[in-house]
Amino acid sequence: MKSFFAVLHGIWTQLRSIGMIFMHSFRPRDVILYPEVKPPVPPRYRGRIVLTRDPDGDERCVACNLCSVACPVGCISLQKAERPEDGRWYPEFFRINFSRCMFCGLCEEACPTNAIQLTPDYELCEYDRQNLVYEKEHLLISGVGKYHDYNFYRVAGMAIKGKGKGEALNESAPIDIKSLLP
Amino acid sequence: MIEQIYSLLPPVVWDILWAMVKAVIILLGLVISAAWMIWLERRLLGLWQDRYGPNRVGLWGLGQVIADMLKIFFKEDWMPPFVDKFTFTLAPAIAMSMMLLPFCLIPITPNWGVASADLGLLFFFATAGLAVYAVMLGGWSSNSKYSLLGGLRSTAQTISYEVFMGISLMGIVVQTGTFNLREIVLWQQEHVWLIFPQFFAFLTWALAGVAVTHRTPFDLPEAESELAAGYHTEYSGMKFGMFFVGEYVGIVMVSGLTTALFFGGWEAPFGDYLPFLNTVPFLWFAIKSLFFMSSFILLRAALPRPRYDHMMSAAWKVCLPMSLLNLIGTAAVVLWLGA
Repeated sequence: MKSFFAVLHGIWTQLRSIGMIFMHSFRPRDVILYPEVKPPVPPRYRGRIVLTRDPDGDERCVACNLCSVACPVGCISLQKAERPEDGRWYPEFFRINFSRCMFCGLCEEACPTNAIQLTPDYELCEYDRQNLVYEKEHLLISGVGKYHDYNFYRVAGMAIKGKGKGEALNESAPIDIKSLLP
Repeated sequence: MIEQIYSLLPPVVWDILWAMVKAVIILLGLVISAAWMIWLERRLLGLWQDRYGPNRVGLWGLGQVIADMLKIFFKEDWMPPFVDKFTFTLAPAIAMSMMLLPFCLIPITPNWGVASADLGLLFFFATAGLAVYAVMLGGWSSNSKYSLLGGLRSTAQTISYEVFMGISLMGIVVQTGTFNLREIVLWQQEHVWLIFPQFFAFLTWALAGVAVTHRTPFDLPEAESELAAGYHTEYSGMKFGMFFVGEYVGIVMVSGLTTALFFGGWEAPFGDYLPFLNTVPFLWFAIKSLFFMSSFILLRAALPRPRYDHMMSAAWKVCLPMSLLNLIGTAAVVLWLGA
């Protein structure tokens, strides 16, 4: 008798799960038709890496190599150079191998000048692997990215042409260490 | 003009030719609908899993089947060096043909249907029994452990499910007094759809029908989580394709049989009160069959695979007594009413 009810209960549970699955016919689909419909991407999504410019239009990167050091897979390489006309540092070349990049965002966190930033663009496919090696002309954008007012040379103590020591934002004038006067 | 051509041959020959053309059309329709069942299954599984399924190739993804067929036709027909070549080649042919053959018994419309054999149901049991050889020989000749285990499971499963499949349909035979499927359908038009008097027979027949086609939840012969792919693990190319399409042909065949045996064949529901529904008999056969084909897919979407001993005990301890009781009860009622 007990096993008879067990059989009945088993039949009931099977029918119930069949009914529950059938009710899925009337639910909205959980997937989207990707190439036609793009998925919603949050603004801080870690996608394609760009190099941004400061509000004045000069490139932000000072070629400190911190991103290259922070990169766990070692996909960033760059070479420092100095602009002779105003003394600003800039990368002579800046190369990211996107076939290695794993979009961890550590370069963005390491960057002291907010130059390197990750964007919500995720469509990076190429037919040729070599095309995934991005040079500086592919990386550098004309905008400021996520930080609209930040200009490294305006707040940093480094002297360049047109801005001497002590002229930066919130920077006091340099102390003459040779003098005894206060 | 037409009369001149017609008079070239005696009318009997024309009848035979027309019957042959009909048979070929039915065969083609069966195979094509089985092929497009792959598309139907993938779309319906998608629907019930809240996704889309193949919807890119052609209208609603209908061309997916053509693309898949082209792919599987051009695949290398590789045979492992350790197999028994003759039986290895024979098994998929049996799988396909033994599922195709019973369809010739199914009365599709009042004047369409390949054969109207007087012992039609027995012929179906015979072919269903022979279909075991496909799986058994496929599993044995592959000479690999997974295939052999799948073949063994399938043999035991099919034999135990065929026992009560036969017995459950015997209730119909007792009630209608014929083995002929066409006459069974005609009997249902006169009296009542057999689902009502033979409800318990329908329950066991539905289980056995799923088991005969090796579909989920009775797909233990090819349980992919345990046996790789079961008896067709070593098959590739079109030999695998024969097993694959044979399964879908089996679904169409079992759906058609269910329609003919229990649901009045081509007869429209409420056809007695609304006679205009009966104008296109094939439509009703197709609708009913399509309903059962979709139910096969719903079962696959919903149910997990049972443990092997559970499946066997369900066959011998639940379904066999139920079908026996149904047969005895039907016989008693028929005798009582007849006396």
